Amino acid sequence: MSTNATQFQAAAEKVTGDLRQRQFIRTALGNYEIARDLRKASFQSWESARQTAATTKWQAINHLDTHLEALVAKLEARGTKVHWASNGVQAREIILAIVRDKKARSIIKSKAMTSEEIHLNDALEKAGFDVVESDLGEFIVQLRGEAPYHIVFPSMHLTRGQIRELFQKELGSTSSDSPEELTMVARQVMRHKYITADIGFTGGNFAIAETGMISITENEGNARLTAALPKTMVTLLGIEKVLPKLSDLALFLPMLATAGAGQALTCYNTMYGGPRQPGEVDGPEEWHVILLDNHRTELLADAEQRDALHCIRCGACLNVCPIFRNVGGHTYGTTYSGPVGSVITPHLRGLQDWKHLSSASSLCGACTEACPVKIDLHHHLLQNRRNAATEKPAFFERLGYRLLAFIANDRVLWLVAKKIGRLTQPLQHFVKGTALDPARAWTKTRDLPPLAPVSFKEWWRNRS
Amino acid sequence: MDALFPRAGISMVHILERLGHRVICPEEIACCGQPPFNSGYFAEARSMAGPVLEALKTAEAVVIGSGSCGAMVKKFYPELFAGTPQAALAEQIASKTWEFSDFLVNKLGVTELGAHFPARVTFHDGCHGLRELGIKASPRALLRQVRGLELIEMKEAATCCGFGGTFAAKFPAISTAMGEVKCSSALETGAEYIVSNDSSCLMHVQGLLSRQGQSLKTLHLAEVLAQQ
Repeated sequence: MSTNATQFQAAAEKVTGDLRQRQFIRTALGNYEIARDLRKASFQSWESARQTAATTKWQAINHLDTHLEALVAKLEARGTKVHWASNGVQAREIILAIVRDKKARSIIKSKAMTSEEIHLNDALEKAGFDVVESDLGEFIVQLRGEAPYHIVFPSMHLTRGQIRELFQKELGSTSSDSPEELTMVARQVMRHKYITADIGFTGGNFAIAETGMISITENEGNARLTAALPKTMVTLLGIEKVLPKLSDLALFLPMLATAGAGQALTCYNTMYGGPRQPGEVDGPEEWHVILLDNHRTELLADAEQRDALHCIRCGACLNVCPIFRNVGGHTYGTTYSGPVGSVITPHLRGLQDWKHLSSASSLCGACTEACPVKIDLHHHLLQNRRNAATEKPAFFERLGYRLLAFIANDRVLWLVAKKIGRLTQPLQHFVKGTALDPARAWTKTRDLPPLAPVSFKEWWRNRS
Repeated sequence: MDALFPRAGISMVHILERLGHRVICPEEIACCGQPPFNSGYFAEARSMAGPVLEALKTAEAVVIGSGSCGAMVKKFYPELFAGTPQAALAEQIASKTWEFSDFLVNKLGVTELGAHFPARVTFHDGCHGLRELGIKASPRALLRQVRGLELIEMKEAATCCGFGGTFAAKFPAISTAMGEVKCSSALETGAEYIVSNDSSCLMHVQGLLSRQGQSLKTLHLAEVLAQQ
């Protein structure tokens, strides 16, 4: 088993044993589900909206080359500097070069999972720069030195009390746990950072090829301030974020809000078309857009799983996933957790190192049912399993299945196996759930059903 | 179903015969091959599923008492055998395969089986039956016709019970946690029985309930419908 797999098992065991955390997550996501269903009902037909969204993304991804060219041409025409990054290392180097070129000291960031993907904060801090997350949830996990727990709700695992303690310790704030007061504490810290930051860093939710605009969705207004106040704006986004037309947002913005957070529309949706133009009084003087590949083109080459690039990072699949609900976000040890993370991480970071995530699923399909852009998530998990087993079969597992195939489809051998089972099952009672029990993985927490004294086939044979 | 839950199979035979059908049970096959398939061992899955295809060739309809095995044959066999000499046969078998409740309601058009089962019952939707085959209404339509039976829906009816085949053994902690969610939701209803069209889910749920010392019992849909 790879180290990642061992870590995953250990973390999963820890969280599943933490009833408080499990209940907390379940309640939060249960409330989300109620709000989401209310919002879904306001669509004329949620199912046809999903189909339209899937088709639009399918077209966008299948003509990614032309859409990206159009996007870049429009962006550059208004003075935006566009950079292409093949991988995380390149993206970090590009960003560090911009930071150094601007002689910047302080960087304020709005929420961007791509920056988590390339471990940007770490790189910036190591190079001696001051980085602050301006999304409240991200700000909290940054103070804790943690990765985001969820791609949309980064600090959903924390109680108000925990946040109060954190703020008291790190910011010397008051002892209130009222959300309003805690938000004001964070705001005070941030307002100062907005004004003094040399660079504002953002992600992007959608990139509109037709008009050359980046659309950013947020609830706190922090991304607007991040983009508007510092002199230089830097935006990092994956190449799969492209949508062909501006009018596509009429569907995608409410869909993202509904599927992601159970909102009709996210509070702030802003389209950025370029840096400050002549005659304009505000906005950044310079705008750098970095388009990140980082193995996305390899996923594009995989005809079977290409639709994973449809993902709009709404988090709906995490929210409904019974595995995510019971193990939480940190257990995965990946930037993208939950079903979509389990599907794409093997593509982004290596199949053999991350195949355990595809196995850690009951293939229940709740994710596929919830996905607003109809990614065939749970079947992709199955394909990852197939690819992993074909590439590097596990000796004993394969042997076990060969034996099973040999026995199951031979009438006499199957009968003998059942008889042996019936004779030996009473013995299992003495070792039940202990280290000596061959079925311990099951019997540690669950009883095994007894083998029936007369099997169906024996009954059938006696009868005819 | 053969070795652990024969009563479900026997009940299916009784019900189908009572409706006037001739039931054949090929004795030479025991498993559809889903365990190796779900683990990614497609070659091994084919060697288990190949004889199944041959054995089911002559049947007019194939009726399976499990949404999970049903989905394997109906939905995944064509994928598993694509590009092999048995591809056409797999398609043919898939097209005449039915999950038991789906067969009764949508093929035979029967919901009233004259069953009598005075008990409070909650229904668990097995994920494969529900999401691969789209079966939700049929088992409920059948249960509603059972005299004396009170169907109480649980909040987490459509949430996975955590079985997931080899998943239950490979990730026991997660599987158990999921099962606990299922059990507590079923217990909330005050039902005496959890009924499902999938013995494997029920095996998992029953395994947990027994260990917890709960009196709530699991029962296959066919066993309920066969009660007179």
